[in-house]
Amino acid sequence: MKFTWFNLMPWPYLPDDFREKNRSVWVDIDSNLYDPVRGHVVYNDYLDLLEYADTLGFDGVGINEHHQNGYGLMPSPNIMAAALTRRTSKAAVVVLGNSIALYNPPIRVAEEFAMLDVMSGGRLVAGFPVGTSMDTNFCYGQIPALTREKYAEAHEMIIRAWTEDKPFAFNGRYNKLRHVNIWPKSLQKPHPPIHIPGGGSVETYDFCIDNTYSYSYLSFSGYLRAKALLAGYWDQVVKRNAPDTSPYRAGFAQTVFVAETDAEAERLYSEHAFYFYNRCLHVFAGFADAPGYRTVKTIQSGALNQYGRPEYPKLTWKDLVDGGYIIAGSPETVRQRFEDLIKGLNVGNIFLLLHVGNMPKDLCMYSTKLFAEKVMPHLRNMWPEYEDDNRFWCSPLAERAVPAPLGPDFAPTTQPQMVPAK
Amino acid sequence: MIENKTIQTPKGMVEYLEGGTGPDLVFLHGAGGVTADSPFLKALATKYHVRAPFLPGYGESEDNPEIRDMLDVTLHTFDVLDALGVSKPILVGHSLGGMVAAEMAAVAPNDVDRLCLIAAAGLWIDAYPVPDMFSLLPRELPEYLFHDVAAGTAMMTSNVSMSDPKFLIPFLVRNARQLGMAGKLLFPIPERGLKDRIHRIKARTVLVWGDSDRMFPAPYAQAFKAGIKGAELVSVPEAGHMVIVEQTPAVMAAIGRLG
Repeated sequence: MKFTWFNLMPWPYLPDDFREKNRSVWVDIDSNLYDPVRGHVVYNDYLDLLEYADTLGFDGVGINEHHQNGYGLMPSPNIMAAALTRRTSKAAVVVLGNSIALYNPPIRVAEEFAMLDVMSGGRLVAGFPVGTSMDTNFCYGQIPALTREKYAEAHEMIIRAWTEDKPFAFNGRYNKLRHVNIWPKSLQKPHPPIHIPGGGSVETYDFCIDNTYSYSYLSFSGYLRAKALLAGYWDQVVKRNAPDTSPYRAGFAQTVFVAETDAEAERLYSEHAFYFYNRCLHVFAGFADAPGYRTVKTIQSGALNQYGRPEYPKLTWKDLVDGGYIIAGSPETVRQRFEDLIKGLNVGNIFLLLHVGNMPKDLCMYSTKLFAEKVMPHLRNMWPEYEDDNRFWCSPLAERAVPAPLGPDFAPTTQPQMVPAK
Repeated sequence: MIENKTIQTPKGMVEYLEGGTGPDLVFLHGAGGVTADSPFLKALATKYHVRAPFLPGYGESEDNPEIRDMLDVTLHTFDVLDALGVSKPILVGHSLGGMVAAEMAAVAPNDVDRLCLIAAAGLWIDAYPVPDMFSLLPRELPEYLFHDVAAGTAMMTSNVSMSDPKFLIPFLVRNARQLGMAGKLLFPIPERGLKDRIHRIKARTVLVWGDSDRMFPAPYAQAFKAGIKGAELVSVPEAGHMVIVEQTPAVMAAIGRLG
């Protein structure tokens, strides 16, 4: 199993009447609600939490890209990833990911991911989302019906830039580059492992299967509601004659809260769960799907209807727990639920949303530590038959450079200090 | 009697509506499309030999991923006229169709001599930003489209049952095909450089605008008038963006000014 401690980096100061006074947390959210002085502390806390996860033995620390979004303060995840390469030492840096149709030219992604891979000593796990309609179309102005074509071209350019060993000309429809010759190149060969966040588009299933990329379903509605979607993916894996059904071909994001007891979990965390589901997920329906963003094939599959979003504000703590939107409770409760999740969805990569909504740092650390110490060890060996499947995870250098210590001990030497990988 | 027909073009099969007798008139529809029971087409067919070709993705017209931008659509529409055997018709366009018609007249000024632009898209004025039509919810649309919002709402919501998947999926497919195509020209800002070419238009031009158009409000009519030499503006009271439906006789009279 690969457990990634994932942080969306939500803004924790959305007011109590946010839903009533704002139509959307995303795209046209009131920019006066953001306070950069508080934001300075928020970023610091969130990076601290990611670094804390590294010390507790999580396999990865995860971040992603959103724009004009009150629950995702990372327009550029690569900036966060760069910070993480310096203050984490073991965990994979999982950037899930860069919306490659938005980078102009997309060679920028090949360059920045290569930099991160080299800086981190090969700890990068790269992600290439098509991007939500909110980010891609409404914030970044991409024409919905052309977004997938542009994405496909960007993908081709990036993979070629990583893998070809001579400069080449790239004559695309959206990008014309006479000399593609990135410098530096990625450390991992032929390139870092790639995860594709998807939301039920049938084309994305095939894209992952054909390229040996891991399909990640980053839903906030929990594992019970995800079963149909991932079943569709696994059906397609078989139908398309993939050589195996390794659980590492798929990943899933799950909101989770751990406490000493189930009752304590509700007492400590319910307000933060409600903050997330009621305020952070308050997205204006008109931004959800620009016409043309979804393909006709996907709409005809009925998937979007089937996986439609529930009305979060009406959900109680019990609804959230019983419906599997969140996994919350004592370590034993959480462990049992995760076993169901892992087996039920057949997934090897778990993206843990252990920081949720407006959770304070100390509370998040409490939940995180309980998960790391009392839950994670019991879930390690869920897929022994695929233990050696390293196609979907990073392969760091065995010995990696470490930053020189700061403060009075700062003493750069001609010989960099090295630490073994694990 | 308006009939649905099809014709082959270099970019795929095109469906079009045809009816009436008289001078050749080609009508280019707006982002919402047009159907054979359109009262506006029926009115046109009383005086003209009307053809109304559907853009790719509309009706039975084939989707064509090779049609991506303004020039592609402009040239494709000339190909459609060629396929129909129509030369220098009265060219009438509403909204998105007006944008295409204006481009055709600007790109090939010697091939378009009579032009009617009704509530046309294609220009952008910072002081009067056009509503973000692609994020409007279905229930929000009528107030932007109609002068009489209640009547417009009734017109748009008849026979609609969004809770029924049997209705919903075909509706979403139609939306994705049609507005996906429209978005190639209109998303996220309905402007593709016409302002740099509009001076080339030589056609005798009539502009028709509803006084209550909240999609492309009155300053847009003035901007087209200022851009096209000799253009005549017919402002229609008690009409919104769907002036062709709300005040059909006034639009007919305006087109009549083109002879």
